[in-house]
Amino acid sequence: MSHKVKDATIPHIPTGARISRWIGRNLIRIYAVFAFTYLFIPVAYTFAFSFNDSGKSNLIWKGFTFGNWQNPCGAPEVCTALVNSIKIGFLATFFSTILGTMIAFAIGRYSFKGRSTSNLMIFLPMATPEIVLGASLLSLFLVFKINPGFWPTVIAHVVFCVSFVVVTVKARIASLDPRLEQAAMDLYANERETFRRVTLPLVAPGIAAAALLAFSLSFDDYIITNFNSGTLKTFPEFVYASAARGIPAQANVIGSAMFFLALAIVITGQIVGRKRKVSA
Amino acid sequence: MRKISTPYLLLLPGVAFLFTFFILPIINLAQTSTQTPVGGGDTGEFEQTLHFSNYLDAFLENKEQFGRSFVYATIATLLALAIAYPLAYAIALKGGKLKNFMLILVIAPFFTSFLLRTVAWKQILGEEGFVVPTLRTIGIISDSTTLTSTSFAVVMGMTYNFLPFMTLPLYASIDRIDPRTLEASGDLYANGFTTFRRVTLPLSMPGVVAGTLLTFIPAAGDYVNAAILGSPNTKMIGNVIESRYLKIVDYPTAAALSFTLMIVILILVTVYVRKAGTEELV
Repeated sequence: MSHKVKDATIPHIPTGARISRWIGRNLIRIYAVFAFTYLFIPVAYTFAFSFNDSGKSNLIWKGFTFGNWQNPCGAPEVCTALVNSIKIGFLATFFSTILGTMIAFAIGRYSFKGRSTSNLMIFLPMATPEIVLGASLLSLFLVFKINPGFWPTVIAHVVFCVSFVVVTVKARIASLDPRLEQAAMDLYANERETFRRVTLPLVAPGIAAAALLAFSLSFDDYIITNFNSGTLKTFPEFVYASAARGIPAQANVIGSAMFFLALAIVITGQIVGRKRKVSA
Repeated sequence: MRKISTPYLLLLPGVAFLFTFFILPIINLAQTSTQTPVGGGDTGEFEQTLHFSNYLDAFLENKEQFGRSFVYATIATLLALAIAYPLAYAIALKGGKLKNFMLILVIAPFFTSFLLRTVAWKQILGEEGFVVPTLRTIGIISDSTTLTSTSFAVVMGMTYNFLPFMTLPLYASIDRIDPRTLEASGDLYANGFTTFRRVTLPLSMPGVVAGTLLTFIPAAGDYVNAAILGSPNTKMIGNVIESRYLKIVDYPTAAALSFTLMIVILILVTVYVRKAGTEELV
């Protein structure tokens, strides 16, 4: 009977009170929607203005066109800069993922003399402002008469990516269930087989996440790059240099394309991860 | 049997790399900071004279920019904390099935180059954007007031750019809270606010510490937001270091400023971490 009583009481609550009660209960969700809107305003703006029929300077809306998407290299320096950024990004990701994963296994799996010193050495680059990292590396290169350019930039990127790889992979190693490895050993797998068939596959998602993080950090870096790239121009450097007079719409095309590409990779990774969990 | 040498072999390449390209440069930076120009030499030629007053000169000449860096970074960090905490809370405790999706949404803006997004803010808040004319029509700002080229725009840009760095650690620590502790608090007649103040907030402190550090450190050394969204009156110490290094070729002053910035940040971080009473970082 109680539900009938309840039903009967609802119409007596004035609509205004019901709305304010609903808002009260969902306040935090409504807030989240606003926060996400704030996060995405410039992304949406960049995407919208990638369709602007703007000519050279993309400051004012002049009309809709697919032209920029059909011809993303229409502003030639954009593509040169993009190719530089991708090359540097891949190399920096490759080296920092290998170095960082090895360090993560050493720190995450072993207790040894000098462990806390190693931890400190990983933490310090993250606690150092980028401008100090960039400036100090440049002064080292100058002492050894190495000209800033492609490889100095790769090295600079590896320096700041390694720590983030270590932290990401270490977290994954720490979350492993040690019983899985014990089970492998109980089933007569030796240490190498256990590592290859059990530990490594379990840590692999962490390594993949670390590599993705390293690539996006490298691809997006401006400050350290600006100090060590010399005359070479990366994509962020190109955007920075042309910010004053308005960046060409092709840069918006590339920014938006990277956004959708990365989003697709992350979502695919999530789906694959979930399927694995279900089938396991 | 695990060999004793294994961890050292794993560490060796990475640590050797970081020693060469992180520790050595910092030592080199310290050396450069006390050099003076070679008498009668070319620009960019310096010799070691242990001229420690470089530090005092560099600081006194740029104390305004130093102060601005720390004030802007502090305000941006506090704003980011205020914006990110409820968001992280919503994702961790009210996210439900959408939790992973919402997390992706937090990281997603990252994938559009942060420079593009900063330039986008410049244009949105600029004279040709839609915000300024709207605010003028409503009468919130006067016709002569601008939003870009102000300290407001710089702080806003920094808050925006570092928001994900604040949100993710906060989310991680709130998500780790056992929901039963919150229920227990309710069972003991604590209201929502008391539960938050006495249970949720203390348990999420590691996230608050990690998030504020990950925001404050890059914000204090940043110069991109100040360069794009600001004016000569909003110059931060990063702008000074950049121009001393790359435009004026005054390496000693730039090195002294960089080293001072690093030391000040390290001291602040150490004091802060001690006070906040957590050793768990990142």
